[in-house]
Amino acid sequence: MRVIDPHMHLVSRTTDDYLALAYGGIHTVAEPAFWPGFDRASAASFHDYFHQLTVTEPARAARFKIRHYCWIGMNAKEAEHLELAREVIAMLPQYLDRPNALGIGEVGLNKNSRNEIAIFEEQVELAARRNELLLIHTPHLEDKLKGTRIIMDILKNEPRVTPERVLIDHAEEHTIGEIKDNGFWYGLTLYPDSKGSPARAIDAVEIFGPDRICINSSADWSVSDPIATLKCANEMRRRGHPEALAERVFFENPRDFLGQSPKFVLP
Amino acid sequence: MTGKSCSLTSQEILDTYFLENRARLLEIASFLDRLDRAADAGEVRGEYRRRAFEKALALLLEPGGERTKAIQLLFSDPSSEPIESALGLKATGAWGGENAGN
Repeated sequence: MRVIDPHMHLVSRTTDDYLALAYGGIHTVAEPAFWPGFDRASAASFHDYFHQLTVTEPARAARFKIRHYCWIGMNAKEAEHLELAREVIAMLPQYLDRPNALGIGEVGLNKNSRNEIAIFEEQVELAARRNELLLIHTPHLEDKLKGTRIIMDILKNEPRVTPERVLIDHAEEHTIGEIKDNGFWYGLTLYPDSKGSPARAIDAVEIFGPDRICINSSADWSVSDPIATLKCANEMRRRGHPEALAERVFFENPRDFLGQSPKFVLP
Repeated sequence: MTGKSCSLTSQEILDTYFLENRARLLEIASFLDRLDRAADAGEVRGEYRRRAFEKALALLLEPGGERTKAIQLLFSDPSSEPIESALGLKATGAWGGENAGN
């Protein structure tokens, strides 16, 4: 089957992982800019990272015939350092102009602080001004519900941003309904320990329907699984769902969302 | 929720998922036993994560098909005001009230 994983952090993964993607039929991936597990000391580190996302990683993926797209943004985790965060926001346009950059992401909130909100609002304004797609990171665990609501309020206050061009990621059972009701796309992340499982993700498809859902592995430097989307598709088969539904959720949906960028091209 | 049903019958769900969820139930039981066997077991009985966990266990027996959402809400920060600073804070999985659990 054909699978697009719309959220993977491949700079953190091994070459063996690329082989597993290629063997499994995950031939298109999108990589959001994120927090590397430590706070960066200067804007120069972000220049290097955005170069890696837009030049190095696509070349690495191409060795395995995998199409690599990315998102460029200032993550919420490092937003407490306002001066550095604003220096990074100023450099975003030059990387957003690169051929594999689909939009601004993953940006949003982490602990729902005032500085995180300020940096998120500035990037929403940038997205509106440039008509960029937005990929939103929602907070983890106990902070998710509050953060998701603050994020949606900010987005709804920007009339130049339309909900069909925004994907709110890392949704879970208590946030999916509100996200859908507001017209946004939503992402479900499959993590072995701390986020959703394949079974819960397919529960969501059954309960909320297959519209505007994208399921991802968010495979990164922590406990995660680069072929989690394949395991989730298999969970769908385990329940007797038709192959066409799996194709829709794991290929057509991410294609339709990401395809709103003219840079996203499938053969 | 839309109320849409699962694609499987009840019997098929039990046949497919009983064993793996039996194992998960035993993991939870052994986690609670481990807490009780700890040298300081009495001192942490009121800790906010343990209290939330025990409330969540009670929700498992509620009927209605929205247990997962109810447990997610139980663990969530219900406030709406931004916090002043996130420096040094991390998510712990349960909300312990203002200035707790961070």
